Amino acid sequence: MTVVLEVRDLQKTFGAVVAAKDINVTVNEHEIIGIIGANGAGKTTFVNMVTGYLKPTSGHIEFAGRNIMGLPPREITTLGISRSFQVPQVFASESVFDNLLMAYAIAEVSGMGLLSPLYNDERAARVDSHLDRYKIAEYRNATASTLPQGIRKLLDIAMAAVSKPTILMLDEPTSGISVEEKFGLMDIIMEALRQDETTVLFIEHDMEIVERYVSRVLAFYQGQVICDAPTAEALVDPGVREFVIGEEYHRTRTEAANGGGDNHA
Amino acid sequence: MRHVDKTVTGLTIAFAVLFLADFFMAEWVRFIGLQSLARGAVALGLLVLWRTGLVSFGHALYFGIGAYAAAMLTLIGYHDAFFLVFAGTLASGVLAFLLGFLLRRYRAIFFALLNMAFSMILYGVIVKTEELGSTDGFSLHPPTFLGYAPQGEAVQTTLFIFTLVFTYIVTVGVHLYLKTTLGGMSMAVRENEIRVEYLGYSAEKVIHVKYVFSGLVAGFGGAIMALAIGQVDPDSMANWNVSGEFVFITILSGIGNVGATYIGALVFELIRTYAFEYAPQIWQFILGGSLLAIIMFLPDGIWSLVDRLRKSEG
Repeated sequence: MTVVLEVRDLQKTFGAVVAAKDINVTVNEHEIIGIIGANGAGKTTFVNMVTGYLKPTSGHIEFAGRNIMGLPPREITTLGISRSFQVPQVFASESVFDNLLMAYAIAEVSGMGLLSPLYNDERAARVDSHLDRYKIAEYRNATASTLPQGIRKLLDIAMAAVSKPTILMLDEPTSGISVEEKFGLMDIIMEALRQDETTVLFIEHDMEIVERYVSRVLAFYQGQVICDAPTAEALVDPGVREFVIGEEYHRTRTEAANGGGDNHA
Repeated sequence: MRHVDKTVTGLTIAFAVLFLADFFMAEWVRFIGLQSLARGAVALGLLVLWRTGLVSFGHALYFGIGAYAAAMLTLIGYHDAFFLVFAGTLASGVLAFLLGFLLRRYRAIFFALLNMAFSMILYGVIVKTEELGSTDGFSLHPPTFLGYAPQGEAVQTTLFIFTLVFTYIVTVGVHLYLKTTLGGMSMAVRENEIRVEYLGYSAEKVIHVKYVFSGLVAGFGGAIMALAIGQVDPDSMANWNVSGEFVFITILSGIGNVGATYIGALVFELIRTYAFEYAPQIWQFILGGSLLAIIMFLPDGIWSLVDRLRKSEG
């Protein structure tokens, strides 16, 4: 397998607070990685550092054969790492179509090309097929601010995926989404990204989602990676069970298994 | 372009009508028209900034630089309108480019007032410069046009045509520009800069481009104004209330259409002229009252009347 992202000895401190420490992660092509951890464990800090939003205090981030540490988000995006946000970042007063049209235009043109018309029929066709793949075609003309939360999340992710990035990092794609909708949403996202052969890293709190979609887990605790292993292995890791999954997981599983099961610690 | 662009058609018709009207217009009408075109050009720059989510309370800076650059060149013997207006436009554009590196980092009220601060520096410099006539300013010789030196009323008639042609080109250009990717990025930056960065483009760069553009057209307007009045002075070219007038015009016009800025500028000019003539004691009251009325009843400016009309027609 080809390594696409290599993070070495990544560290981030805010004064005396250590937000990330000794993070070493190697990501292979086409992997689907789940990032888990309690609130404040350093998951989003990790994503923010890789995508250039936060500058690490020290360390090394290698992507596509070069050190990308310290580059601004727009350059990292152009190189091939995109992200979505826990709170969707869209152009709120514009239609879903116009949101994606802009995303396509920025991905497709640069320099003097920026002075070509924003709208053209070919680009519009690409937007429409993108809308179909993310199953939001019925919201094509709706204003982004009026969308239900789940659809807005889909739009945010769809915009991040427009440039067909090598790696897409999703920050809690299912947060704020009802339990009934979660799997449907993830099915849509994962199918679209599978077609694009995108490597995915996503932050997730719901262990059922992790079990179902992820091949490998990175567990964070107090700014450190305490477990980096295949999903099945990671979810029974004592450290992960104690510091990440905790009581809540047992309860959910117990209820799901209707009172019986082997998950009681 | 396959379909006919209504705005371009409208601008072309307006251009043709005004072009012909120039030969019949009363002198005072032409004078008001010239001033409206000059101020409308500045408002056009503010429209572009406004669409990007930015308001400047200091564009008298670029208006003033444009006017004074053109006027100062006449002091050293240059009188050609093409050269003067080009130089005034360029001088403002260069200044906007330089200040843009600082201003692109600011938003909202900080952006608005930092512009004002710079404009007041210019005002202060002019007021303190005896060579430029201090607060009285100085007057210009009538311009020539590529060797043609009109006399009397012909100066204003020619200047009007000259202004009309360039205004038409600039305005159609801006309209087409707003439909390009870079033009459309105004919306994107206004709505969500973080998303723009994460789509792979620099929001600050977008703002810088818009800012330079607004400086260029404000300089153009200033140079035209200097030639139209035949006089420059700091209080009507560079003071902060001049910047306020441009914002006034932009609110009046709305940001829905590039042509609206000239209508807004004309309405502003008419309100001011008549209010000053018939109610010299309370003309500012009338001006303020009309702004209040616009904000309350036509929050999207005069252009929203056109939109309403279109809607009622179905």
